[in-house]
Amino acid sequence: MQKIGVFVCWCGSNIAGTVDVEAVAEAMKTVPGVVFSTHYQYMCSAAGQKLIADAIHEHHLDGIVVASCSPRMHENTFRKTAEAAGLNPYMVEIANIREQCSWIHKDKEEGTAKAIVLAKAAVAKLLHNKPLTAGTSAVTKRCLVIGGGIAGIQTALDVADAGYEVDIVEQRPTIGGRMAQLDKTFPTLDCSACILTPKMVEAAQNEKINIISYAKVEKVDGFVGNFRATIRKKARCVDETKCTGCSLYMNKCPSKKGKDEFNMEMNNRPAIYIPFAQAIPNVAVIDPEQCVKLKTGKCGLCQKVCTAGAIDYTQQDELMEREYGAIVVATGFKPIDPSPLNEYGYAENADVITSLELERLMNAAGPTKGTLLRPSDLKHPHEIVFIQCVGSRCDENTKRGKPYCSKICCMYTAKHAMLIRDKYPDTKVHVFYIDVRTPGKNFDEFYRRAVEQYGVDYIKGMVGKVAREGDKLMVRGSDLISNQQVEIAADLVVLATAIEPDPSARSIGTMLTASMDTNDFFTEAHAKLRPVESPTAGIFLSGVAQGPKDVPETVAQASAAAAKVIGLLAKDHLVTNPCVAGSDELLCNGCSQCEKVCPYGAITYVDKEVRGPGVREVRRVAQVNPAVCQGCGACTVTCPSGAMDLKGFTNQQIMAEVDAICL
Amino acid sequence: MENSVKFLTETVLRISGVDPRKCMKCGKCSGTCPNYDAMEYHPHQFVSMVEKGQIEKLMNSDSIYLCLGCMACVERCPRNVAPGKLVGAVAQLKLRQQDMNRKGGNDVAAFADEIVPQQLLMAAMRKYRK
Amino acid sequence: MSVNNPNWKPKIVAFCCNWCSYAGADLAGSGRMNYPADVKIIRVPCSCRVNPLFILRAFERGADGVIICGCHPGDCHYTSGNYYARRRLTMLFSLLDYLGIERDRTRVEWVSAAEGAKFAKTMNEFVETIYSLGENRKLSDIRCKKS
Repeated sequence: MQKIGVFVCWCGSNIAGTVDVEAVAEAMKTVPGVVFSTHYQYMCSAAGQKLIADAIHEHHLDGIVVASCSPRMHENTFRKTAEAAGLNPYMVEIANIREQCSWIHKDKEEGTAKAIVLAKAAVAKLLHNKPLTAGTSAVTKRCLVIGGGIAGIQTALDVADAGYEVDIVEQRPTIGGRMAQLDKTFPTLDCSACILTPKMVEAAQNEKINIISYAKVEKVDGFVGNFRATIRKKARCVDETKCTGCSLYMNKCPSKKGKDEFNMEMNNRPAIYIPFAQAIPNVAVIDPEQCVKLKTGKCGLCQKVCTAGAIDYTQQDELMEREYGAIVVATGFKPIDPSPLNEYGYAENADVITSLELERLMNAAGPTKGTLLRPSDLKHPHEIVFIQCVGSRCDENTKRGKPYCSKICCMYTAKHAMLIRDKYPDTKVHVFYIDVRTPGKNFDEFYRRAVEQYGVDYIKGMVGKVAREGDKLMVRGSDLISNQQVEIAADLVVLATAIEPDPSARSIGTMLTASMDTNDFFTEAHAKLRPVESPTAGIFLSGVAQGPKDVPETVAQASAAAAKVIGLLAKDHLVTNPCVAGSDELLCNGCSQCEKVCPYGAITYVDKEVRGPGVREVRRVAQVNPAVCQGCGACTVTCPSGAMDLKGFTNQQIMAEVDAICL
Repeated sequence: MENSVKFLTETVLRISGVDPRKCMKCGKCSGTCPNYDAMEYHPHQFVSMVEKGQIEKLMNSDSIYLCLGCMACVERCPRNVAPGKLVGAVAQLKLRQQDMNRKGGNDVAAFADEIVPQQLLMAAMRKYRK
Repeated sequence: MSVNNPNWKPKIVAFCCNWCSYAGADLAGSGRMNYPADVKIIRVPCSCRVNPLFILRAFERGADGVIICGCHPGDCHYTSGNYYARRRLTMLFSLLDYLGIERDRTRVEWVSAAEGAKFAKTMNEFVETIYSLGENRKLSDIRCKKS
């Protein structure tokens, strides 16, 4: 039988006013297991804590119950007291007789009776407590950033700045992401490349940052502080260490049919190419789908021109394994394909383009060298219609697009309209909108400038149909303010298409057991208070992977994620919460139910030799990783064989409390 | 027949199965309507007027007969509101009140199945009446 | 029934999740919002830790009502625990109903850490309901009864 001490606190008159503390202490003496019971004015004071420590020594107590204020207040205090006195800190239970008893009841008799029941319940629970020890796990001081857009770059720079190693894994041949494709950025209209490329160079030159481009993460195991990732570096057929980025091969390559992804496939590129002039790494890549040498074995022109001897057609994919302490997801976004929304005629008309295509058309490095020409006949458009909310804000049952607001379209449409009116004042610009959403510093002022200073025609209403008539696009829509249907003969139609997570996000989410919402955006650990962490420990979120964001917000979140990563990597060891789930291997039937409900991916299955009374065989059993488990207990209730239990809140303990309260 | 705003609104909502509160007032229905200019009240107005209970105004307007039943607004509505069904429902209510709905329930059942849009039934009744 | 025993006091067990509802109950205390002493709270890490067996056990040992409080849907500290709880308890309650334990003897309420007033109000309502239902005899193990 355990020896338990009960300590009833007066809390001045806070408890003693409505609870007869003396009677409680007296009543507890008769409870089986209790060998010592007393009361004191302020148990949390130094004198009170000394009283507890002395009693532990004197009566050789195995556990203590403190009947006092809420455990949320002083549980830790008393655990430390117990630990200092040589008792396991988890052999302490608190009976909450202040917030949940004395403060809510007026009748002293009633309050006293309830306090006794609560103290008895705590004793009943304590009788089943087992000493628990917090474990520790080491932290690998390296961070993996998945995605090399502005979000990934910013996070990597900040983490590296704190002195930790960072690997950026980027699926494309260069880092830079979507921001590299933009022409100008709102609301200041800086040139996007001018502010992004220095950061790219900084990342490349930082000795703590290792850029692994043209690669993807194939597999991740492990847990917070101890991840192990397998990364596939795709064959570039160009030796990264030798290539100087000279571009001499560009005119020699006989294949010219590859679509230029960087220019939204509006022009062609050779089979060997560098995505754009400021690419990092500034190293060529051979497109195996287009390369004549790789397809037929006859050509090899680029190899002949290359003075550095960098071309290697025999290069193979390379698999590398690396260990990390933290992983940042910065997988970014892509615009949706508006073709299924057939009223806009995007698939049929070359002059119906998306906003990102317009960015490339207006960019000096784009397919038209920065002159705004419409794709079909390369003529100057004189009347342009912008359509907002294409594929955003749709009812989920309509299958017409995304249910969310893509957030950035209102601002970039205002930007496009303004830039066009500025550069080509003879051009008429109309914008069909549902609402103009411009919350943000200097954002609404920016939009008003487009209207008031640049004379952009904003029409409240939506477009019902875009149809080609001769060389014009007839745009029919409603003008709700003047209650009219309008028809505009436009030369160019620009769709502000919704954005969606990059297609790679879903598989990465599954790999990391990081939860995602129905739109494939990563969910944060707490929508308000932990916005840059995934509920899975050690996984952090940066940029649009978590939800639609503009550049300033993305950078802010990227730095926030970096701060969280640094906080984790700064630790040598992680102290794990000992109140975690654990499975009884003898009872586990290997059904996988617990694995499915675990929100943290803390449960894995292993084949293990089970030895018990009359049993000696290899079985598939659940194993809980105590470093990952957060102790919610979802698995304990799901387990059909009752093998899973939660330390600190075991079935026995809670049942004992129930019994003590009901009897 | 009862003519209270509540009764009329509830009837229109029931016949049409439309929830006008889902509307985000984007005006796509009116932007897409091929017979917009002929109508006194436009598709988007049907949605907001039904929501406000102004059914009688709609019933007394020729707009209910001018809907072509092309279903473009139903097809393209991003919020799944289906304004065209409201036009049909108001027209149906009007016919009922005029006691023109001479086809009995049994006759209608022969036409009605899940894939036949309400508009078609309405148009059919109008045609057969002549 | 209570009619038989005028001194009858109901036994009510409240399971509260550590992060929202237990803190809400503490807040009700700090705000000195009264509710009957018949309610005794058991702290669990999450509403999904509440095994249906605990509730059955409570009724077996003579409880007259059981209430489970958790974070509001979408606010769970463990992301999805309260959704699991909601499903499991919906099943359990319909089973209890079938066994003859009135539907009103069991309840689930979402109480956030800021809703002290809601906690007190909920408990007052619940206790009142239990008083009107009277003593629970179904499921209770008479061998456990004190005479």
